[in-house]
Amino acid sequence: MKHHAQKLLVLALLIGLWELVARMGVWSPHLLPRPLTVAQSLVAMVADGRLVGAAGRSLGRLLRAYLMSVTLGVPLGLLISRIPFFRNAVKPVVMGLQALPSICWLPLALLWFGLTDGAILFVVVMGSVLGIAIATEDSVNGVDPQLTRVASTLGVRGLRFHFGVLLPAALPGIVTGLKLGWSFAWRALLAGELLFVSGGLGQLLTVGRELMDVPQVMAVMVAIVIIGTAVDRVLFQTVEVRLRRRWGLTATT
Amino acid sequence: MLRALLGRWRSSLRLLQPAHVGAERAKISVARLDHEYANKVVALQNVDLNVRSGEFVCLLGPSGCGKSTLLYALAGHVVPTGGSVSIDRQPIHGPGPDRLLMFQEAALFPWLTVRGNITFALAARGVPRAERRERADTYIQRVHLGGFEDTLPHQLSGGMKMRASLARALAVDPAVLLMDEPFGSLDAQTRIHMQELLQSIWVRTGKTVVFVTHDVHEALMLGTRVVLMAPRPGRVVRDLEVHLPMPRQPEDAALNEMVRHVGRLLREVEGRAHTRSLQPAPTRAPAQPVLRPQVIPGP
Repeated sequence: MKHHAQKLLVLALLIGLWELVARMGVWSPHLLPRPLTVAQSLVAMVADGRLVGAAGRSLGRLLRAYLMSVTLGVPLGLLISRIPFFRNAVKPVVMGLQALPSICWLPLALLWFGLTDGAILFVVVMGSVLGIAIATEDSVNGVDPQLTRVASTLGVRGLRFHFGVLLPAALPGIVTGLKLGWSFAWRALLAGELLFVSGGLGQLLTVGRELMDVPQVMAVMVAIVIIGTAVDRVLFQTVEVRLRRRWGLTATT
Repeated sequence: MLRALLGRWRSSLRLLQPAHVGAERAKISVARLDHEYANKVVALQNVDLNVRSGEFVCLLGPSGCGKSTLLYALAGHVVPTGGSVSIDRQPIHGPGPDRLLMFQEAALFPWLTVRGNITFALAARGVPRAERRERADTYIQRVHLGGFEDTLPHQLSGGMKMRASLARALAVDPAVLLMDEPFGSLDAQTRIHMQELLQSIWVRTGKTVVFVTHDVHEALMLGTRVVLMAPRPGRVVRDLEVHLPMPRQPEDAALNEMVRHVGRLLREVEGRAHTRSLQPAPTRAPAQPVLRPQVIPGP
């Protein structure tokens, strides 16, 4: 309860500060609107369905790209950690590409796919698949050697070993990697959507800029923060905490 | 009075005799085994050991005497650099379904329940699905864990985890059970309980067990044979048969007489090791009180 009160207090202070600066009139109210104006803009956009539609399109894209990233990234991470060829030859490539910010793929994606959903999906997948692969590899390498030894003495081999021992043992780490991958994907998506007519949240921001509608820009930003935090907190946090509790990784018993 | 005591001392030590087991009668046969680790440490030198079917052999020695290396060679987790290890006259190449190694930690799969851990191991051994659950529950009862079938490992105490691990090992029914100081991390009281439990199970099943320990009392409490090993280089110095009836009581006078005797032998072995290298190797870590820093809550 106390924690929540502290969080609310900081939030209230920030909004208060914003209100104060806006009222001082240093900048024109067109450039720095008051919090209430932004809130009104947010409510208006929710009411006329623009925001909901855009958020739906963005999340739909994100979901498709993210599913692709997971189905590619987790097996890739497993291969890198288990097969020497992948560790020696593929891992450096993955690490190298990881150094490339995902938005740098956009020009190439536009040339390859044109102004389509495909281009954005490509950018999002490139932005998250490598992070997921690296996190998976990391957590598989970090599996307690005791468990692999006990599996070998119990005669657990092959597929049963990989899917019955290695993957579950690495799962808490993999979920952390998936969470990270999700936030990479979210960033890549919005960066991609900003740059052309996409119908998503990113475009709503661009439209706001073109119309000089600062309240709209800020309102969309607030919406992006809310959606991002909600998925992170509600979905991943819950899965992570449950998993860690079941695996006995939390201090409390 | 003194004569009587002396007589009794003699009589109890008469139950401790050198073992002579020929390779032809052995289930497990270790011949001229050498092992040198990559860092040039000679873990084992010219070790011969023959274990008959149904024996409970304790490998006893100070740390660094190669007892664990020998056990891991039997399990097939270590490939020795020289000599041969065979079971039922077949040379050992890697881990096999006839042997099962138990570690100092319970090493349960943390995401599976007690029953799940056992049925998973049974599945790996090719036991039909229909039998697994029943067999798991039988062994859970046998180690007195009834009522904890659906409990996750992290919810169990150290002793209970070890019992679950023992149930898993017994359920897959290996011909040879290899145990690497399995009770080393337990507190003294739990340890005695586990020893009594293991003994009663051994009496019932008559499994061949090779048990590594550095605790003299534990070795004599459990073993039908105690193999005394010495460090640098790791080798067998004594091979004794323990003719004490089972089940044994931890407070038994004859047992404790033997413990003192073997303890002396062990100190001799160590004394010689000390003159060779100045590295002290304590035989039995005395139970020291662990002092934890007290966290004093602020006002």
